[in-house]
Amino acid sequence: MKSTKQRDDRRAAWWFLLPVLVGFAVFYGYPAARGIWYSVTDYTMLNTPSYVGTENYAKLFSDEQFWNSLLVTGWYVVLNIGSQTALALGIATLMHRLTRSVVLRATLLLPWLVPNVTIGLLWMWLLDTNLGFVNNLLNTLGFNPIGFFTDATWAMPSIAGINTWAYTGYTALLLYAGMLQIPQYLYEGAAIDGAGEWLMFRRITLPLLRPVLALVLVVSMIGSFQIFDTIAVTTRGGPVAATRVIYYYIYQQAFTYFHMGYAAAAAICLALILGVLTAVQMRLLRASRSDLM
Amino acid sequence: MTRRTFNPGRALAWVAMIVVLVVTVFPFWWMIRTALTPAADIYTDNTGLLPDHPTLVNFARILGLTSEAEARAAGGSGARLDFARYLLNSVIYCGLIAAVQTLFCAMAGYAFARLRFPGRDLVFGIVIAALMVPPIFTLLPNFILVKDLGLMNTMAGMVAPTILMTPFAVFFLRQFFLSLPRDVEEAAILDGNGPWGIFWRIALPMSRGPLITIGLTTTVWAWKDFLWPLLVGRNEENRLVTVALGVFLQQSPNTQPDWTGLMAASTLSVLPVLVLLVLMGKRLVQSLNFTGSK
Repeated sequence: MKSTKQRDDRRAAWWFLLPVLVGFAVFYGYPAARGIWYSVTDYTMLNTPSYVGTENYAKLFSDEQFWNSLLVTGWYVVLNIGSQTALALGIATLMHRLTRSVVLRATLLLPWLVPNVTIGLLWMWLLDTNLGFVNNLLNTLGFNPIGFFTDATWAMPSIAGINTWAYTGYTALLLYAGMLQIPQYLYEGAAIDGAGEWLMFRRITLPLLRPVLALVLVVSMIGSFQIFDTIAVTTRGGPVAATRVIYYYIYQQAFTYFHMGYAAAAAICLALILGVLTAVQMRLLRASRSDLM
Repeated sequence: MTRRTFNPGRALAWVAMIVVLVVTVFPFWWMIRTALTPAADIYTDNTGLLPDHPTLVNFARILGLTSEAEARAAGGSGARLDFARYLLNSVIYCGLIAAVQTLFCAMAGYAFARLRFPGRDLVFGIVIAALMVPPIFTLLPNFILVKDLGLMNTMAGMVAPTILMTPFAVFFLRQFFLSLPRDVEEAAILDGNGPWGIFWRIALPMSRGPLITIGLTTTVWAWKDFLWPLLVGRNEENRLVTVALGVFLQQSPNTQPDWTGLMAASTLSVLPVLVLLVLMGKRLVQSLNFTGSK
């Protein structure tokens, strides 16, 4: 009996796995190998790739624009993750202490459901220098209009702000889900002891939420390193490279200038950065599961 | 929840919550409001919460329901737009990916969780390692691959890299199948079911919740997809809503983009997910409890 099951299992298993293994081999494994190969070749999509050794990498490291794109990405990640996490933590705490309303949670989720392209358009209109709602408001209050996307100092904060708007609700709901796992009696006990909300937040919520918070932080960081859509719609890397993040730079090298080999080398550098973050994430995934489940 | 007497801190917290909600919803309000404003009014009528002369003409012209001259008169560029078609393309794209990918990933997740075969852990490890590969890295070679296969500007080329699998879905569904009780499975074997019978008749029906969760999440991501469909499905027949929005923005001939048309198109791009949210709001919200802490 048992051995028939085992034989059945073995034979069936590979059929169960077939589509996923084909998908993995053709669209992950093979392209990853190709990507590494392209990065050591000179390739424009029209010629056959010719091997150039580490030339692309050498060029990359002396390419000011590449370093600038990394710097700009870092600036964006700091701006976006900082504001997003702080706000989300605040909102999650408010929800946790005030209400369990599903309608409210669904409303907070709304911006996350919307394509980044739509979000980019929406805010381009709201922040338009001449006709936008925000500048109209500033005007009524007696301020000069701000070129949110056309002024080099404002462009990146504007984009970080937009994406903070788009993703804070989602992040808050993830943190809120984590808070729901904290035993309610801890708060009740603290309330009887006369602890205020701030003390409860610092002594109960924050420490017990730490594994979830760390995981959410890493996941959002991986996401924000790969910002593309919003920038492709709003500033297209400008003004004067102020928003030309690494992802956009790679895209331009590949599909505007057809420097495929060079773009592949840059993509490998980004992959290394993200690989470290992802490794941290996998560890946290395991850790947070054993802590909470 | 215990009833409490009025407490200024709590009132303040509610005020903060309401501010958050207003900030969340207002941009959408302004989008719809602009979509209902005649293009000519955009310079004069930009303060009230409702347009002075509400109109549906912007929707009509981006859906291709007006003649070229009418569209031009209403503030459009005269370029042909057919958002009804782009919406349909997006729905097909999302439906295909969500349904097929969920099924295949469930099959694999089940095999990794419940079937015994040599090399199981190694193969699972390799598939999960794909989580480490950032999309940009496979994007360039995949683009060349799809081009070489002659799948440019086809729906097949657009869905190819994601329809068979994503590592996360395999990981997520395996996690769930691991928790299925052994004895149900044993009872099914006694009833004469092989691995396929158990999968179809027992495992899948018992996992409706997680399957819907991963299906919904996949639908949302597919709806938001932009870069890949932009590279592979730029032509009119296969254009998705997100790509069409980008193309529409670049088509604006004047110095000022066609804001009323763009906002009407944006409204249409939000509408389907809004319906999804209204119908499945609770499910979507619960899915975050899953993905957030699991």
